[in-house]
Amino acid sequence: MTTDAVSRSSAANQNEETIVRYTFFERINHWLGAFSYIYLLITGLAFWSPYLYWLAAIVGGGPAARFWHPWFGLVFTASLFVTFVQWRGDMQITDADRAWGRAIPDYIKNEDDKLPPVGRFNFGQKLFFWGIFYGLILLLLSGVMLWYTETLPWSLRFVRYAAILIHASVALITIGLFLIHVYMSAFLEEGSFGSMILGRVTRAWAWTFHRTWYYQVIGRTQPSSSLPKR
Amino acid sequence: MSQASTEIVRISGHAGTVPGAGLNREYQVCKLVDTTTCIGCKACEVACLEWNGYTFSETTFDNTYQTMPETAWNYWNLIKFNEHERADGTMMLLMRKDQCMHCADPGCLAACPADAAIVQYANGIVDFQEEHCIGCGYCMTGCPFNIPKFDPPSRKVFKCTLCNDRVSVGLEPACIKACPTGCLHFGTKPEMKELAETRASHLRENSGFPDAGVYDPAGVGGTHVIYVLHDAKNPELYGGLPKDPRIPLSVRLWKGPLKWLGNLAMVGGIVGMALHYMRFGPKKEEPIPPNENSDERRV
Repeated sequence: MTTDAVSRSSAANQNEETIVRYTFFERINHWLGAFSYIYLLITGLAFWSPYLYWLAAIVGGGPAARFWHPWFGLVFTASLFVTFVQWRGDMQITDADRAWGRAIPDYIKNEDDKLPPVGRFNFGQKLFFWGIFYGLILLLLSGVMLWYTETLPWSLRFVRYAAILIHASVALITIGLFLIHVYMSAFLEEGSFGSMILGRVTRAWAWTFHRTWYYQVIGRTQPSSSLPKR
Repeated sequence: MSQASTEIVRISGHAGTVPGAGLNREYQVCKLVDTTTCIGCKACEVACLEWNGYTFSETTFDNTYQTMPETAWNYWNLIKFNEHERADGTMMLLMRKDQCMHCADPGCLAACPADAAIVQYANGIVDFQEEHCIGCGYCMTGCPFNIPKFDPPSRKVFKCTLCNDRVSVGLEPACIKACPTGCLHFGTKPEMKELAETRASHLRENSGFPDAGVYDPAGVGGTHVIYVLHDAKNPELYGGLPKDPRIPLSVRLWKGPLKWLGNLAMVGGIVGMALHYMRFGPKKEEPIPPNENSDERRV
């Protein structure tokens, strides 16, 4: 066995070793948000189109859907607030993110080796987070108006008119973000979905997709050789 | 006049013509409210409550004849009073019986997401089917007349039915029966329109109301409750009757372009992602190059 072979075998082991990406509490909170959003999506789509009204049947019928939709909205809000407290720092957009954003065609083409290294979250994830965050603020404000629409006096009916349009439009934007999020985490990027269940990723995964974060976690400075070859 | 649904047009194994064929009347019904002969006695309100099984609601005093500010979930018919001072200094007490207008193009129905919670009959009556109502209140947003009202305990919305239960068995609405001055009429839409126009022209020609006219707003496709007004140019004077009622623009945008745009975007997005996966496949982790491996284990 040559020295080279030993080193390679040790490299393979290191690649398979796992590191913590999401804490237990982060995962619990993520799934609280995810399931409340899915409930909101099912009931919201039921109210959105007559062709999707049958969705209300799977969660107990129209009146039940109307009753619970706002309450699940509050659960989702609580979950997102916790996420905000947990990840606010990690979600700040940096110059490195902007550089990554400019290289997004490479990311779409799965040519990830051409991308600048990123921290715990990449630019796409950050946009997703802030999109949902600001979207939720609008959904919450308009949603409360729709929740207690009967208490709005006739002279303030413009509030109803605004709320109904804002709620539907912003909901559609969050649905777009949600679909991309589900596609990327459950289908596109292998290892992502599992990391939100058990909280761990392999070193190789972290090195491949979140290199700056990887070196932070292992406590080593990032070698210049890991910078993108452009 | 929902006999329309039971009127026979064909009979199996039947010799000769269908009995009664060709005798059908105009089925579009209409209630005419002549505000110029209304005395504000509120008999129509009582008749409405009695027929529909509700009790008289508590009144609120606001220094006018107005007994309560607006209709309620269990109070579908309310006289709106307005002490109006005319340009010549004379005073008029304007009274208008406020209730559901039974629009030909109903905003409540357009906004409603619940299957079969609001129906429009061929005779023009727009009726809420509370057993299908989910209590979202969108009808309240869609209505340009502030008519549907929410009952919090039952979480259902209610409004005037134009006495669909009476009309369907050939009776007039309860309010019509109670009116002592004959300011309320009920019949087919063309008959009522004609009667209203005749009355309006009398008011213009003989009674010194040059602006008298009929309120049958085109913005909602016409209504199955129409008014004769002394001053048809200012319907707002009559307890806030809107001049040009329409389904609100935001409701039309929401139920029109936004719906198509949203559906297209959602379906397009899913298809796009499926195509992306088929073209580019999954992102896979890559092994860390040996020269970047670390022996430090801090995790």
